[in-house]
Amino acid sequence: MAGVRRETLQAWALILPALVLLVAFTHWPAVATLVDSLYTTPKGSRPPRFVGVENYVALMDDPVFWRALHNNAVYALVTIPASVVLALLMALAVNTALPGRPLLRMAYFTPTMLPMIAVANIWLFFFTPDYGLFDRIVGVFGMGRHNWLGDAATALPAMMAVAVWKEAGFFMIFYLAALQAMPPDLKEAASLEGSSRWNFFRRVTLPLLMPTTLFVLVNAVINAFRLVDHVVVMTRGGPDNATTLLLYYIYETGFRFWDTAMAATLTVVLLALLGTLAIFQFGVLGRRVHYR
Amino acid sequence: MTIRNQMNESGADVRLHGVARSWGATTALSGISLHVRAGSFCVLLGPSGCGKTTCLRIVAGLEQASAGVVEIGGRDVTALPPAQRGVAMVFQSYALFPHLTVAENIMFGLKARSVPKPDRLRRLDRAVEILGIGHLLARRPGQLSGGQQQRVALGRAIVAEAPVCLMDEPLSNLDAQLRAEMRREILALQRRLGITMLYVTHDQTEAMGMADQVVLLRDGRVEQDAPPADMYSRPATSFAASFIGTPPMNLLKLSHEGMVPGTGGPVLGPPRAAATLAGIRPEALRLSDHGIPAEVTHAEYLGADTVMVCSVGAEGRLLARLPGRVAIADGALVHFDFGPADLHLFDAATGHRIPQPA
Repeated sequence: MAGVRRETLQAWALILPALVLLVAFTHWPAVATLVDSLYTTPKGSRPPRFVGVENYVALMDDPVFWRALHNNAVYALVTIPASVVLALLMALAVNTALPGRPLLRMAYFTPTMLPMIAVANIWLFFFTPDYGLFDRIVGVFGMGRHNWLGDAATALPAMMAVAVWKEAGFFMIFYLAALQAMPPDLKEAASLEGSSRWNFFRRVTLPLLMPTTLFVLVNAVINAFRLVDHVVVMTRGGPDNATTLLLYYIYETGFRFWDTAMAATLTVVLLALLGTLAIFQFGVLGRRVHYR
Repeated sequence: MTIRNQMNESGADVRLHGVARSWGATTALSGISLHVRAGSFCVLLGPSGCGKTTCLRIVAGLEQASAGVVEIGGRDVTALPPAQRGVAMVFQSYALFPHLTVAENIMFGLKARSVPKPDRLRRLDRAVEILGIGHLLARRPGQLSGGQQQRVALGRAIVAEAPVCLMDEPLSNLDAQLRAEMRREILALQRRLGITMLYVTHDQTEAMGMADQVVLLRDGRVEQDAPPADMYSRPATSFAASFIGTPPMNLLKLSHEGMVPGTGGPVLGPPRAAATLAGIRPEALRLSDHGIPAEVTHAEYLGADTVMVCSVGAEGRLLARLPGRVAIADGALVHFDFGPADLHLFDAATGHRIPQPA
């Protein structure tokens, strides 16, 4: 008996460091956030008071929350497919034998290596009215100056462009790795069988890339709700909340308005949303994925 | 009434005229010419790096020849893409699509070529019947054994109903017993379908056992192109002699007097100014009280016969394959005799066979 207890003790001692870190920085904050969302925000002399789901009810009436949710939905629905398709196309391009292939691969991957803050500052310049890159390009076609980030109609698309540019190169690396792992004789066998390149791509390459696609999609969904650095640098959610994404709204509510209870409520909503999406992805897509 | 008549299938001639392939300074093939008759089984044989796979891939159209012409069924196909050449191919790795079932794998090409569904199913049924893989149709390649995967790869080649079938070392991933079984099966299949087979291997037993015609390649050149029996009985070069047979032919360097150096006789070859190699098959040697003197260094009993490793003269080595069990102690002195027809002479410098007066 004593031996067993001793072993158990050792086992606990071994997992203790990991457990402490996980609890302190992941599980405890998550639970605390959930609890906080059920109380009012403590202020000076007023301690927090239990209010049940009142914060959630208030959130339903918050137009900025709905705006942020809508923005984020549009942002995700556009940037995820765009960056994944672009990543696949780039991977296919650099997987073929072309001159200067290593340079091209590096060029595609560069955005991933740059910090988002730096990227945002570069793009801030691209979007500058009059002498920015985009105004110069449209100027060639005779169109006048445009305040890309100052106009509510173009501000969110501008954010999406930055995100796609940043993400596609990262996802390309995964697709490229998967393509390189595909045995070349499959393609040769298909070419002997009279399969066109498109038929081979549709019937062989795409299905064999499905595990990669699932992985990339999960990451893309998380990033669509997680990456807001460029919003902070470029627009601060403006103009008129046109570029406010959920996470940026949480940051504003929590650390600029100091309404911590509402920020906790928003966080729980965001977590629930991401959890649902992940379950959907693994449950529905995962079943159709063929793993070797 | 054979299947062959029902299907009205038959092979096509394959001809190569001066086919060469080089990448920069490296030459894989230099001027290969050969003719494989319709419906025959031709084995491209050679050690690794001799260019046999390159040769097959050029016939398939997976690689382009740097020079020369490839003809299939009298048609110049040198510039045609693989799909239009009328060839099916079985890859060394089988190249099965891992995400498709066996049935989908076999019918992949038919679907790609838009063969109508009834025809597709008819061809599938026939291939399944020939190969006995009916119970595997719904499985994926990952759930099959090596031998079963091999059969599926064969099935894919059968349903293509191409007049020429190319095989690139198809048995190298199987164990010895299965290999022998598949060898018989592939040969029976080729005979039954009447297709022309071009088969690449480095294993001379496969070549001897299956081929109507063996093309022995070495360093990108044809060393000898002959039926297996001729290649065995009259090797054109010392390389061919040393490549065919288990164990291969003994090659003994002769002195200018035509004797193995260090022995007092017998005279094996005519006195020549140039260096000569004498070749004798291990199975042609028999123990005698006269003939080549040798010292037994090691005897290996294999069941049906015994392979005796001996040293001859100063530096010669001789292998003798004697029927049954021969118990002779290591270090014993013996003599080997052989028939006059069993002696082959080669020029040591060029490797060419030296014609002997009959």
